[in-house]
Amino acid sequence: MCDQRARMLQDQFSVCVNHVHALAVLVSTFHHYKNPSVIVQDTFAEYTARTAFERPLLSGVAYAPRVLNSEREDFERQHGGTIRTMANKEPSPHRDEYAPVIFSQETVSYLNLLDMMSGEEDRENILRARSTGKAVLTSPFKLLGSHHLGVVLTIPVYKSKLPPNASVRDRIEATAGYLGGAFDVESLVENLLGQLAGNQEIIVKVYDVTNTSDHLIMYGRQTQEGDVTREHVSRLDFGDPYRKHHMTCRYLHKAPISRTAITTAVLGYVIVILAGYMFYTGAIHIVQVEDDFDTMQQLKVRAEAADVAKSRFLATVSHEIRTPMNGILGIILDLRMLALLLDTDLSSTQRDYAQTAEACGRALITLINEVLDRAKIEAGKLELEAVPFDLRSILDDVLSLFSEKSRNKGIELAVLVSDKVPQIVMGDPGRFRQVITNLVGNSVKFTEQGHIFVQVHLAEHSKAVQDAKFESCMNGRSNGPQSKTLSGREAADDRNNWDRFKHLIADEESPFQVLTSDGNSQTVNLMVSVEDTGIGIPLHAQELVFMPFMQADSSTSRHYGGTGIGLSISKCLVELMGGQISFVSRPQIGSTFSFTAKFTRCEKNTVADLKRSLYDDLPTSFKGLKATIVDTKPVRAAVTRYHLKRLGVLVEVVNSIKTAVTGSGSCSCSGQPDMILVEKDVWLSGDDLSNIQVFGRALKSPKLILLATNVTSGELDKAKAAGFSDTLIMKPLRASMVAACLQQVLGTGKAEQGKVMANGSVYLRGLLREKKILVVDDNRVNRRVAAGALKKFGAEVECADSGKAALDLLKIPHEFDACFMDIQMPEMDGFEATRRIRMMESQVNEQQTSGSMDGCCDKQAQARKWHLPILAMTADVIQATFQECQKSGMDGYVSKPFQEENLYQEVAKFFESKPATDS
Amino acid sequence: MEQNHTKRQIKVTRNSLFEQGYLDEQFSQLEDLQDEANPNFVKEIVTLFFSDSTRLIRNVENALESYPLDFCKLDDYMHQFMGSSSSIGAKKVKNECTQFQECCKAMNADGCIRAFQRVKQEHAVLKRKLEAYFQVSL
Repeated sequence: MCDQRARMLQDQFSVCVNHVHALAVLVSTFHHYKNPSVIVQDTFAEYTARTAFERPLLSGVAYAPRVLNSEREDFERQHGGTIRTMANKEPSPHRDEYAPVIFSQETVSYLNLLDMMSGEEDRENILRARSTGKAVLTSPFKLLGSHHLGVVLTIPVYKSKLPPNASVRDRIEATAGYLGGAFDVESLVENLLGQLAGNQEIIVKVYDVTNTSDHLIMYGRQTQEGDVTREHVSRLDFGDPYRKHHMTCRYLHKAPISRTAITTAVLGYVIVILAGYMFYTGAIHIVQVEDDFDTMQQLKVRAEAADVAKSRFLATVSHEIRTPMNGILGIILDLRMLALLLDTDLSSTQRDYAQTAEACGRALITLINEVLDRAKIEAGKLELEAVPFDLRSILDDVLSLFSEKSRNKGIELAVLVSDKVPQIVMGDPGRFRQVITNLVGNSVKFTEQGHIFVQVHLAEHSKAVQDAKFESCMNGRSNGPQSKTLSGREAADDRNNWDRFKHLIADEESPFQVLTSDGNSQTVNLMVSVEDTGIGIPLHAQELVFMPFMQADSSTSRHYGGTGIGLSISKCLVELMGGQISFVSRPQIGSTFSFTAKFTRCEKNTVADLKRSLYDDLPTSFKGLKATIVDTKPVRAAVTRYHLKRLGVLVEVVNSIKTAVTGSGSCSCSGQPDMILVEKDVWLSGDDLSNIQVFGRALKSPKLILLATNVTSGELDKAKAAGFSDTLIMKPLRASMVAACLQQVLGTGKAEQGKVMANGSVYLRGLLREKKILVVDDNRVNRRVAAGALKKFGAEVECADSGKAALDLLKIPHEFDACFMDIQMPEMDGFEATRRIRMMESQVNEQQTSGSMDGCCDKQAQARKWHLPILAMTADVIQATFQECQKSGMDGYVSKPFQEENLYQEVAKFFESKPATDS
Repeated sequence: MEQNHTKRQIKVTRNSLFEQGYLDEQFSQLEDLQDEANPNFVKEIVTLFFSDSTRLIRNVENALESYPLDFCKLDDYMHQFMGSSSSIGAKKVKNECTQFQECCKAMNADGCIRAFQRVKQEHAVLKRKLEAYFQVSL
């Protein structure tokens, strides 16, 4: 920065000096070599004025010839003036020589005729200049006229050309004059530097340092202002070797701190801060995430705990509500019962109240049970039982639950269990029933017409048929879907139609073969499907079906009720049973829910035992009977056949009554059917009517039975007129109900007209009818009551009032089929009496076996061992008593007074197998 | 009309017996057993019960007078009594009999005597009620 300024100044300076040189040459050429001179003041002034731009640093130039004292007078005369001194402009005193200015630039015209040698600085300059022959500079001094600091440049002009190695004397001799110029350093440098940028901030000083101890300032103020510490010094070479100059530059203000440095520093700082911040936040973030994670984990644990607690709470609360609710329900029932007993017709409002209360109570109980189940499942507390049960009877039970509703709606409700499915399986009957009930309940709820069809097949079998069937499905079906389902209405799942169905039941002609033959696998995979022709499930809701508390839409619960929890429970239960639940549904056409479930086979011998104890055992009295079913719908006919087959009835299915009549007439080998079952719609479809009448009159022996879902009283009359006087079987069909009806029709029982008794009574009647029974009790009242009850079921009863009397009556051969024995009697109690009877029997049995050794005749008849079934009658049914009973040889015990179910169970133990051995 | 009224009255009486806890469902089971073959079954049984029970009460009274008390014998009688009562569904009498038997088991003479008083009382009440009922119903 300072060097740059110095160089600039130096360049300008040397340019000026060069030009002054040129002027000197001009003057010597045109003033001294020409005679007369061609330069006058005017010429000089004009020339210098016009070439002033060449000398920017010079305020003016002037020429002064060397005038010796001897030539003074001539000179003064010639120039018309006196030589004056510079100091006071007075005529100069005598000197050896003078240097009066003759030519001057206009700017320094005041110098005219002033003796340059009168000024000390100038004189020195002149002397030095002419002796060296070079341009020389004065030390700075105050210039004449301007009072500015300046230096004077003096260049000698010689009369003749001098050799380069001329001596000082030669030079002085040859000197003609001097050309001088004043550098007004102050103002000129000012101008020069003013052109440079940043001038204000920089203080520039120019010194004459010829005298090293005393620096003379040429430019700039003497004050020590500005930043002394950062002073730059540059050498100046103005072309005068004698004089030395230099320039100092310094900043006016303290050096402004570098912007880039600041920026860099700031940026660096910022970056460091940012990086630090990033690390910091990163670390904080990690810590925070870890904290959050911990919190989450805690929350999760708490949520899980809360969930378990919720389930427990639900379970507890539900349980707590259920108990009193059952009480309330009981009261309501009692109230209604009371009203019935009193036969006081409640007013319609009252009845309504009672009914509402009951309905609400039941709904609440159902909900509570469901919630309880759900809670149990969630809490993982639900465990499935594994007990043997008859799933056919369970299905019958479920159907009977909904028979009322389905009849009211006119829906065909049917169940069919494949013969391949074992009769008794091990599993949880309650849960199985629950799932079926839920599915069928839903179906009944959402179906207004058509049918609901429950099927149970072996899963493997069902699948095999399905695969086989698929091909023929692809080949296209000749007839439409009509008449291929149970009611003829289209169902959601095409695969369930007759095409497939007939394959499923095709190879079941030999019933109960499968049960025993392929017992190699212990698990029974069942495939249960519940098909309905209801409103179906909207497509958008199909995904939500198994979510708890989800219903198709909010209006569903408004229209149909329910909580939407049932299916989710069913799903859980099915999964617990090792199966899966799925469904196919088409809106407005229907839904088919199907699930699989795993059960285990029963051991063969236990099956036999259980068969007896399962209360819903069907009577065997219909075995070998023949029946003809008149039905145009194959599926429906298959259902009817299924129920009849369970009763042991041989079945033939025909299309019309006509074929039934002709078939039975022509084919004598098969024999006449014992009964003809006609579907209501077949009968109602016109022309067959006359056939029935003819048929009815002509052939008395086959019984005509009408099958119907619902019947109006008009139709009933018509049916009676047409010959269906015997029976009408209302659907849904259940084996037990069919049995009861057949019993009634065929006159195998003394059942009251048109009244189907409760299961227990019917079978008790069947079991006890015409049996001889001895009742032993010392209490007359008890004796009479027990006898009355047994008589009621058709038994012949004799009584004994003590153990001894009983022993008298019970002589071998026994004339009684069974004995009911009171335990606590005076003299000889029941246990003792039984022991004696058993002792007696074993004696006779031994004699018989030894007798049969030698005797060969009537061995078969007599070979059976005597064993009279003896049942204890006791009021306190506790385990200890039971053990005592067994110890003394009793076969079982019944509560006193009799409870029908208990009585039935006990009696069934030994009366069922009786006919087989007896006959 | 008249018949209808009587019928209703019988039902009311019967129900009040149930309601007040004199009888339980065993009695209705007896009623179920009554049919054309046995048109008077219930009455027959009830009559039988009362003749028996009267005898039993007498026996118990005698047994209670003897000293020391023969608890075994008492228990025996009471067992009989209880059997009959439960057979006809005489609920209250049966309950009192149970109390008596418990006292017997505990060899509590005072308790037995007190319980017997209650048995007699309940027995008498039931007898009166049932007599009234059957008179109407006959």
